[in-house]
Amino acid sequence: MSTQVAEWAVVPPGWKRRHLLDLESLSADELVLILDTAERFKQATDGCRRRLPVLVGKTCANLFFEDSTRTRTSFSLAARRLGGETVEFASAGSSLAKGETFVDTARNIEAMNVDVMVVRHRTPGTPHLLAQNVASSVINAGDGAHEHPTQALLDMLTIRQHRGRIAGLTVALVGDIAYSRTARSNIWGLQKLGAHVIVCGPSTLVSRRWSELGIEVAYHLDDILPRCDVLNLLRIQFERQYTRPFPSVREYALLYAMTGARMARAKDDILIMAPGPINRGVEVTPDVADGPHSVILDQVTNGLAVRMAVLWLVTGAAA
Amino acid sequence: MSRLLLVNGRVIDPAQGLDRVTSLLIEDGRIAGYDAAPGPHDPLLDVAGRIVAPGLIDLHAELCEPGREEDETIESGTRAGLAGGFTSLACLPNTEPPIDTQGTVEFVRHQAARADNCHVFVLACVSKNREGKELAELGTLVQAGAVGFSDADRSIANSDLMRRALQYCLMFDRPIFNHPEVPALSQGGIMHEGLVSTVLGLSGMPAEAEDVMTARDLRLAEATGGRLHLMNISSAGSVELIRRAKARGVAVTAEVCPAHFAFTDEALRAFDANCKINPPLRSADHVRQCIEGLVDGTLDVIASGHAPRAREKKMRELDQAPYGMTSLETVLPLVIRYLIQPGHLDWSAAVARLSTNPARVLGLAGKGSLAPGCDADVTVIDPEARWVVAPESLGSKNSNTPCLGWEMQGRASHVIVGGVLKYRSAADR
Repeated sequence: MSTQVAEWAVVPPGWKRRHLLDLESLSADELVLILDTAERFKQATDGCRRRLPVLVGKTCANLFFEDSTRTRTSFSLAARRLGGETVEFASAGSSLAKGETFVDTARNIEAMNVDVMVVRHRTPGTPHLLAQNVASSVINAGDGAHEHPTQALLDMLTIRQHRGRIAGLTVALVGDIAYSRTARSNIWGLQKLGAHVIVCGPSTLVSRRWSELGIEVAYHLDDILPRCDVLNLLRIQFERQYTRPFPSVREYALLYAMTGARMARAKDDILIMAPGPINRGVEVTPDVADGPHSVILDQVTNGLAVRMAVLWLVTGAAA
Repeated sequence: MSRLLLVNGRVIDPAQGLDRVTSLLIEDGRIAGYDAAPGPHDPLLDVAGRIVAPGLIDLHAELCEPGREEDETIESGTRAGLAGGFTSLACLPNTEPPIDTQGTVEFVRHQAARADNCHVFVLACVSKNREGKELAELGTLVQAGAVGFSDADRSIANSDLMRRALQYCLMFDRPIFNHPEVPALSQGGIMHEGLVSTVLGLSGMPAEAEDVMTARDLRLAEATGGRLHLMNISSAGSVELIRRAKARGVAVTAEVCPAHFAFTDEALRAFDANCKINPPLRSADHVRQCIEGLVDGTLDVIASGHAPRAREKKMRELDQAPYGMTSLETVLPLVIRYLIQPGHLDWSAAVARLSTNPARVLGLAGKGSLAPGCDADVTVIDPEARWVVAPESLGSKNSNTPCLGWEMQGRASHVIVGGVLKYRSAADR
């Protein structure tokens, strides 16, 4: 065990960041480094099942200002599998509603000597604000419609495990692109690693401007389906929308739900992914979600590996 | 008889087509003449290398008093005004309570007199309680001293109310200032809708929200003959609409704030709440058109858009942080950096947009010019002065500006209000 821990004494020299705020600013090398590290953790922990005490003495605070089940649980479990302590702070409502600013809340938590803060917030940029105001490391666990870096990393890890590569693959992100942080992180990550990225969904939720960044914009799932190696089916973010961007859920499902019938038009080896929580019958029907092409549960396991890697890297880089 | 002689300055007065090095004599609070020889006992102010301009007049300053003294007070706001080179500020009525009664107008004027910094002209509410439903008592407000009407940062969305306001003001020859925005199109927005908002996942405020309201206002002004002043223009579409309306002879004036020619929506990439303003910082193509509009005279006025906000409000998450940027003290250096140095405007054109034209918009007799007999409101500008924007160097109560830490070139060195030297920059003390 001790020799095994010794291998994890220092983070790889290519990693210098104390925070993981977004994937837009990461290089391809840094992305690969995180994925490789996640792979190492997965192997060293027997598929994320065993403990590997490389974060002993470190405290990880989960600051979740927005509802979350799987991301919060995943970060907590990742920290504890690595021997770290965790502090949970959950407040679905605004910190403002309680008369305290977000920064004050964070500073209070930091005064309890935490090494890393994992933050989820409904407002884009809040992790960046936090990183400017606290001494600890900050990991963005989802900021509004902006980014959700660890989700995209686990998506990419899943693709890489199943297909051996990311470069050259055609990956379609389907659904609510406008309000999806998972979409944005996937766009940056996949593009940097050489995939062809398609954003597909209703024209009110898919900005034409994405094409200015080299992303293919599509409105008809049936047209692009035969070309896709991977489909990532995004949840409709009803809670972020001011006005309904499409007439009905029924109509959305008619146009975009991944169904058994649509599977017939897809490549034989297509991967079906969903960041969850999935609305069965809206983005994907049960036969597809639970079918042989679905890697949805692999994504969950890979989430643990990615979060172990990220926790270890950012705390290791911290001076 | 009190006299003051400014010697060796470059006197620029667009109203007279004047731009030459000369001396300017001030006597008993008025401009007395040029090229005067100093008498033996005359106080002299040597302003060699400086620009002597008619006092700058701001059409868009939130002074926040009464009710929002944590953001600004009339005393601190007028102090900031002087430091920015302004001898007159038109203050907006987004106070608590709003300036919609004779009593509040008089309170503001009284506080301004007590502060005794620069002149304050009151823009009172168009609608009662700034609710956009019923007309405020505009006639009474005129009698109390209001120089124009505005619901400040709230667009007058009700077209019937706007039409009536323009019609009713024909009696008083006062302008209606509107902030052109269709609220339903920009609801919940944090920044300009464009590529940057798409990438950042921040909710957008499309340029059409401004264009559509500008078009409505222009049509209503044309139909009623009322005097319309469009506030904080920021979109290319608005500039073009105003240009065409002016060509048709519509009685419209329009202003642009430095934020909208100095910054683009790229500034939001740092998620700095100081860059959250309404209308939002727009993309480069809009910025170019705003500058073009200033150059060709479509946009008459450069206004500060001064909107100070307490630090604790701006430290909140971006969606909770209020719109607004402290601006009075950065107008001149931003004009120099983004309009004069790149060659868009010369000094005379800049002074016209900072003094001559705003005086005309408000119909202020004796202001906006240095012609003999005019009020001795004079701004002396040191175009070479170097200074750094720091919270402690600002007169405003708050420093919510993305310019913090910037090294600036140019500022007011002396500000004379009614013949009295009210301000000297630190370097000139």
